[in-house]
Amino acid sequence: MKNPEKHYEYAITADALSKHFGDFTAVDRITFNVRRGEIFGFLGANGAGKTTAMRMLCGLSKPSSGEATVAGYDVAAQPEDIKRNIGYMSQKFSLYEDLTVTENIRFFAGIYGLSDAAIREKSASLLRHLQLEAEKNKLVQSLPLGWKQKLAFSIAIIHEPKIVFLDEPTGGVDPLTRREFWEMIYTSARQGTTIFVTTHYMDEAEYCHRVSIMVDGRIAALDTPAALKKHFGAASMNEVFLQLARQATRQAD
Amino acid sequence: MKAITAENIRKSYKNGKETVEALRSVSFSVDRGELFGCIGPDGAGKTTLFRILVTLLLADEGRATVDGFEVVKEYPEIRRRVGYMPGRFSLYQDLSVQENLEFYATIFRTSVKENYHLIKDIYVQLEPFASRPAGKLSGGMKQKLALCCALIHKPTVLFLDEPTTGVDAVSRKEFWEMLKRLKQQGISILVSTPYMDEASLCDRIAMMHDGQFLKTDSPQNITRNFQQPLFAVKSGDMFELLHRLKKMEGIQNAYPFGEYHHAVMKSGMDTEAYLREHLAESPDLEILPVRADIEDCFIHEMQKH
Repeated sequence: MKNPEKHYEYAITADALSKHFGDFTAVDRITFNVRRGEIFGFLGANGAGKTTAMRMLCGLSKPSSGEATVAGYDVAAQPEDIKRNIGYMSQKFSLYEDLTVTENIRFFAGIYGLSDAAIREKSASLLRHLQLEAEKNKLVQSLPLGWKQKLAFSIAIIHEPKIVFLDEPTGGVDPLTRREFWEMIYTSARQGTTIFVTTHYMDEAEYCHRVSIMVDGRIAALDTPAALKKHFGAASMNEVFLQLARQATRQAD
Repeated sequence: MKAITAENIRKSYKNGKETVEALRSVSFSVDRGELFGCIGPDGAGKTTLFRILVTLLLADEGRATVDGFEVVKEYPEIRRRVGYMPGRFSLYQDLSVQENLEFYATIFRTSVKENYHLIKDIYVQLEPFASRPAGKLSGGMKQKLALCCALIHKPTVLFLDEPTTGVDAVSRKEFWEMLKRLKQQGISILVSTPYMDEASLCDRIAMMHDGQFLKTDSPQNITRNFQQPLFAVKSGDMFELLHRLKKMEGIQNAYPFGEYHHAVMKSGMDTEAYLREHLAESPDLEILPVRADIEDCFIHEMQKH
């Protein structure tokens, strides 16, 4: 580790991180740091490079150039250490629909190497917190989407990762459950987990401590929601987003 | 004649041993030339309703008509007349943009040329990619092509099932501008969306949850009829503030709302002074009386049911 001080303060660091596919530069020298316990919103229009950047940070894709660390590990050299130390959930993939609630918990906890005793204890507290005790033997596919997503988040942090990556976790979820979900995010951040989250709901950008907005592979803006609105003379984060995203020159995806 | 009528539509599914009621007695109608929105989360029953109306699924109970034709007995007439864009991309991935469009035109015994005026605004953006396989288009472009294919036979009623889901804010805005232009050409449109902020772009909406229409009206009337006093509250510690608000007796409901929290007051508790008194310890307190928007109304109706 080149700079241990920096890694104590920051959960994620990225320094000129880039990814090229042939002639195409999907991610273009992005530089930013995410503090420990911070809720960091990672926004951008479709095709701006969010997914590619996120894949590199999760250790799933090697950077073409530049550097990044997650939980103190280098994304290029130590991807396996990163995978053990992060949690991940997305709208598209989160749980196995044809396993029961309990089976999903046991499966993911087992994959992350929790002991049987720890799994039992974690399952019980998780089911209690989510008030899912009556549903624990039901197949996940029979649960309403909002419950699924709350369960998926709880499972994504079951191994107490330092950082959790959430890729559009609340898409299609009703407004009440969406808010309950964010309360879970807040609670988790208060306990020291770093949250890295993407969303298409601009009101959710307001719930983040800081927000970055990607345009054409670059980070076009990064600050607190209040500072961004002030800087762009905008009344809402939606306006900030539209002003920036309209500058995009490249085609989506 | 109405573009769409539905009376007491019911539909349930078997899911293993359980019966899921996807639609529990839904009734509504859409006027000719109207842009009507079904607003609700995933699992509300929007897709089931759409599939019944476009004659791909039979209701368990109830009656429905589209363009004056009955959905069960006269389904061939309906199929000739409606345009349907399903939530899931359903064009031929290995046909090019142009081939897909020609295919749909031919199926409906028309040509791209004949109705080109309807799709022109949208199709010009796709033309540079005319020979690209549909499967290789970006999300926004796929959505535009699907809309063109749903329009090419000049439908009288257009059904768009979650056309903007997963689409970013810029493309969503463009899409709604396209819908407005189609409406001006006299096409009746039924559109569904999980995004509450799109409600204001419809003539009328139905707020849909758990297989039911919670409320049907113009978005303006729905927000105007929100009775409870409502305040936006902000402080230096939003997490602590929310917990405090939730515990206050005079508050019926409190939830995050973008930059602020919204506090829905119980009747007779509409004073800012009450809030100020109980929140005196919160740092940098800011309190503003606000008007409800669709999302406030949706949360309110959800809790009533």
